[in-house]
Amino acid sequence: MSTTSVKKQLRYMPENDSDSKTVFGFWLYLMTDCIVFASLFATYAVLHNNNFGGPNARELFNMPFVLTETLILLTSSFTCGLAIIAARRQQQSQAMMWFFVTFLLGLAFLSMELTEFHHMVIEGNSWRRSGFLSSYFTLVGTHGLHIAVGLLWMATMMLKVAKTGLTNANLRRLTLLSLFWHFLDLIWIFIFTIVYLMGALGV
Amino acid sequence: MSTKVQKVVVSKPDEGVNLQTYVTGFVASISLTLVAYALVMRHALSKDTIVAAIACLAAIQAIVQLIFFLHVGRETKPRWKLLVFGFMVVVVFIIVVGSIWIMNNLNYRMTPDEMNQYLKSQESL
Repeated sequence: MSTTSVKKQLRYMPENDSDSKTVFGFWLYLMTDCIVFASLFATYAVLHNNNFGGPNARELFNMPFVLTETLILLTSSFTCGLAIIAARRQQQSQAMMWFFVTFLLGLAFLSMELTEFHHMVIEGNSWRRSGFLSSYFTLVGTHGLHIAVGLLWMATMMLKVAKTGLTNANLRRLTLLSLFWHFLDLIWIFIFTIVYLMGALGV
Repeated sequence: MSTKVQKVVVSKPDEGVNLQTYVTGFVASISLTLVAYALVMRHALSKDTIVAAIACLAAIQAIVQLIFFLHVGRETKPRWKLLVFGFMVVVVFIIVVGSIWIMNNLNYRMTPDEMNQYLKSQESL
């Protein structure tokens, strides 16, 4: 490699290097968050048959409703990807549009989940009913809390980008946000399979 | 000096981010979700087969999303993200399998009579 090309690349080094370190740091956070969810999954796996005379998973869950929730979250993960592609290409209005779609889909998911929780609680099947329901609400509720935080973050970022544009710092933040959002979708696959599908089977 | 230069080259911001990867990941995820849902709702196979099948489908979908959405393994050589991910999988495995194992064992060792007596004494409180 000639010295001129070395110099040319070195000029961009601090930006890129600190960026990749930030992304790596955020990745470490996501991996530890996985361990939080793993403990909640383990708790659910241990307690899911202890319904203490209350309803079991099979009687409780409305499967078409849950499938709709799942497809909405999956689509929002995809639109988040489209948003980040547009942002990297400096197409600000398109990026904002896709982030807005992602935000709406996320909001739809969260309101569906809260509706589901509300129905359970007014029917007397709250977290106080049984060990199964305590672990269910903790696991799915923690995921919902993450979604709520993600939505808040997304709203803040949309305002920030509208004000200051797609600067390097904003691009880095959007990258972290998209990682977070895809990660939540990944966790939901396991909630959908282990809690809902296996619950419907009566395992 | 030369190692620094290499670092610059590898840390390009858009590692494998393009439309095609997202479309592939999205279509695959939707199909895997619908197949798993159909398997459960149709009840065509025995319960054990369905459980094994949907567990496999979930694992495949997780891998698909890790590669196409979270770009795991797409970084160039010092693959720190992949290494940390591998460590996380080990820890998660120990937590989940260990908990289920220990708690099932405890459950097995607790005789039903003692358990019933305990529950009765609790209800009388």
